Amino acid sequence: MKDRPVGKLTWQALPLHEPIPLISGLSVFVLLIVLVVWVLLKGYGPYLWREWITSVDHKRIGVMYCLLGSLMLLRGFIDAIMMRAQQVMAFHAPGYLPPSHFDQIFSAHGTIMIFFVAMPFVVGLMNFAVPLQLGVRDVAFPTLNSVSFWLNAVGALLVNLSLVVGEFSRTGWLPYPPLSELRYSPGVGVDYYCWAIQLSGIGTLMTGVNFVTTILKLRAPGMNYSRMPMFCWTALASNLLIVAAFPILTATLAMLLLDRYLDFHFFTDVQGGNSMMFMNLIWAWGHPEVYILVLPAFGIYSEVTSTFSGKPLFGYRSMVIATMAICIISFMVWLHHFFTMGAGPEVNAVFGIASMIIAVPTGVKIFNWMFTMYGGRVRFSSMMLWVIGFMVSFVIGGLTGVLLAVPPADFQLHNSMFLVAHFHNTIIPGVVFALFAGYTYWFPKAFGFVLDERLGKWAFWLWLVGFWVAWAPGYVVGLEGMTRRLQHYDDPQWRPWLIVAGIGVLIILAGIVAQIAQLVVSIRTRETRRDRTGDPWDGRSLEWATASPPPIFNFAVLPNVTDHEPYWDIKQKALREMQLATTEPEYAPIEMPRNTPTGFITAVFATVTGFALIWHIGWLAILGLAGAYVTFVVFAWRDHAEFVIPSEEVARIDRSNREARAGYLRELAR
Amino acid sequence: MPVTQAVTGRAVARGASWLGVLAALICLSACGRAELEPAGPVSAAERKVLFDSLAIMLAIVIPVIVATLLIAFRFRASNTAAPYRPTFTHSGRIELIIWSIPALVIFFLGGLAWTSSFLLDPARPLPTRVKPLEVQVVSLDWKWLFIYPDRGVASVNRLVVPAGVPLHLRLTSASVWNVFWVPQLGSMLYCMHGMAGTLYLQADRPGVYQGRSAMINGDGFADMHFDTEAVATQDFERWVSTSQASGPTLDDAAYRALLRQSSNVTPYTYASVRPGLFDAIVMQELPPGEGPPRG
Repeated sequence: MKDRPVGKLTWQALPLHEPIPLISGLSVFVLLIVLVVWVLLKGYGPYLWREWITSVDHKRIGVMYCLLGSLMLLRGFIDAIMMRAQQVMAFHAPGYLPPSHFDQIFSAHGTIMIFFVAMPFVVGLMNFAVPLQLGVRDVAFPTLNSVSFWLNAVGALLVNLSLVVGEFSRTGWLPYPPLSELRYSPGVGVDYYCWAIQLSGIGTLMTGVNFVTTILKLRAPGMNYSRMPMFCWTALASNLLIVAAFPILTATLAMLLLDRYLDFHFFTDVQGGNSMMFMNLIWAWGHPEVYILVLPAFGIYSEVTSTFSGKPLFGYRSMVIATMAICIISFMVWLHHFFTMGAGPEVNAVFGIASMIIAVPTGVKIFNWMFTMYGGRVRFSSMMLWVIGFMVSFVIGGLTGVLLAVPPADFQLHNSMFLVAHFHNTIIPGVVFALFAGYTYWFPKAFGFVLDERLGKWAFWLWLVGFWVAWAPGYVVGLEGMTRRLQHYDDPQWRPWLIVAGIGVLIILAGIVAQIAQLVVSIRTRETRRDRTGDPWDGRSLEWATASPPPIFNFAVLPNVTDHEPYWDIKQKALREMQLATTEPEYAPIEMPRNTPTGFITAVFATVTGFALIWHIGWLAILGLAGAYVTFVVFAWRDHAEFVIPSEEVARIDRSNREARAGYLRELAR
Repeated sequence: MPVTQAVTGRAVARGASWLGVLAALICLSACGRAELEPAGPVSAAERKVLFDSLAIMLAIVIPVIVATLLIAFRFRASNTAAPYRPTFTHSGRIELIIWSIPALVIFFLGGLAWTSSFLLDPARPLPTRVKPLEVQVVSLDWKWLFIYPDRGVASVNRLVVPAGVPLHLRLTSASVWNVFWVPQLGSMLYCMHGMAGTLYLQADRPGVYQGRSAMINGDGFADMHFDTEAVATQDFERWVSTSQASGPTLDDAAYRALLRQSSNVTPYTYASVRPGLFDAIVMQELPPGEGPPRG
């Protein structure tokens, strides 16, 4: 095998005898080809290259992240439908998916949903909104930002490639050894998982560094910490967690890879290896990861609640303290993922109580959102519906979470469907609803027109009802002793509930269809739904103080922040004085970073490297690494990193924006 | 516009009441099943912990849900009767209360978690005078091996125990991780290669209780379940003597054969077991599971 130039790669890697992956793989492949040909024929190629692929603009990168997340949501959701269908069929029967395939599906579902849906979407919204909310022109390291995005895309690509070439991991979304060791998983599935996560993990870590730097070091004049919008605070907490936690993930997977490739014995349970180490390390990353996702989601809920209640966020200081408390405590609870390892009552009790303590700041947040609505003028837009749906559903997810944190209760609930229902109950209403709210909320800012509200509300109700119909049965079968990841089963009491869950997933499907329809309809009728003022929701923070979509430099003149809600402040003042500002600001030329293909080219080489490593093709891996390194050197040697927008151009863009705003103000005052 | 908002507000309330009905249905239907239908002291105690914790939390969660919906509905934009207080953004008193309420709940729950963790520690012998029955559990790819060291017999994929007698289980794995779980008896515990876990359980009354592995362990995972048959003491002794009378011997060679991957193995017994087999597995004097055949 060592002598073959293509490593372990053979024709058997293609699923020529398995119709399901073959057909789905082929159709995706054909679709991609058609898409590329269409783009090239229409002449969109150069535009896409210039304005998007090589872009280092945080707004464009944010949009691309969200697009990646949405596409992967579809993929992950197809997996979900397949699993639900299998469990509907496989009562006293083998179903339509053999175990080897079913195990790949649930592993891919979890991996994709966490790493390539939730993460890119959260990072995408942070990318888009944080610099605007801080009142600055870009993130601290724009090119690095582009590299981060493209490395994430590489990870997603590799996971999807495994559908067609070879196989994906069958060990669940976290590859617990010894099952994931070479002895029990000799195929390339675990390698696909590891390299996909390693490459995208590097991107995520760089995102963390980038955003911590941006939030700590780049803020508009006067924007001190106590004036930052809540979303920026939660983004800061989330990125601090990324910087602290992702290296653990990288190191842990690196050790697993050393076990698999070079016969090390970190986690083998033989020759001195210890798999319990893996369990501890992976959750030392895994638990903070939960908060990396949910904290920015809480930030979005805070922004939306305050905007649509027509009130500032209640208890801002409490919210900041709660956010930072969660940020810190989330590092002290990882052991609650394996109370059933037998660590002893002292350890279990301490970690159980530490886990419960997280419920305190989280509860405070819920109360603060309630009191933000209290005394407000709540507008039930689709975004506000997502918030209320979240609050009502999430407290139940929190409740079941605290149940799981009581060790003796966990002894009966761990690894059962109850646990699976719990984390879907926190991630879907907690994170996914926030992503949809944030998407609807910032969509007009990104594209200059608002999304259709009627279809948005349909999507909300379908998702909410679908979620509960799909996952409430999970709690029931969990209490009935059903474990997770069962390819078939014989217990007749589970069957009806699994059928109900199958119906639930179809209701969610209808919700997704409504969302796609919403996007299509909104794009087709965009002329009638233009946001000409840059402030469609009567917003309160700085992103609404610029045009929709914002000019590349975001703000012609960096705003001077004097209040906790800068834009609300500006509007109130303007309303009082009946005009925007007495004099036009003094425009100066603006320096912006040049677009660069560095990120994209790095990603191409990273894909080559990842693929080569998965299939043990030594020369190709070296080639890929060398290419990535050369790309980096070429970038580092560049002479012109920035370009200048002359002040006349800045003035021209800003004047038209100010004119639109003044008209809006006149209308408001009437 | 105000009309649609009122309608939406009402729709929110209606949706929530449906959710309430759904939740109630679930509670009703789930009562009296699996771990909620305990057949032993451990699962009974764990159910009590579960219900106590649930009660403490529902006392706060239900009011929170109701209050959220009521506040959102009362302060809907179309309701001009509700006061608009855009400057109501801070109140020391309210913040003291909203930090205290969850803290108090967690204070109670934390106490419960602390004491119950010690009382229901899997490795803690059950408070009874009856001498426990020793059973050694080995998870293999993909079957369960139960060794009765005092009786010198072993059983594959069927755990026969006397009702009313505490079980002292020692758990290990020949290959990958597994979780030993009999929901109606109580606590689950990991089976790990090269390690031995201790678990005390007891079946109070005769019956057949489903047991299974609760952790993904490869292709044979779904079939890795077993029946736990709790029988009267004299029936147990009869089962032991029948097993001793016939069946293969579990020596090192027979154990090596078990290491090969297989699933859906029909339960059978071994008439005799080589002494110290379990410790030899734990101490890795015998090889680990073979894993999938190499092509």
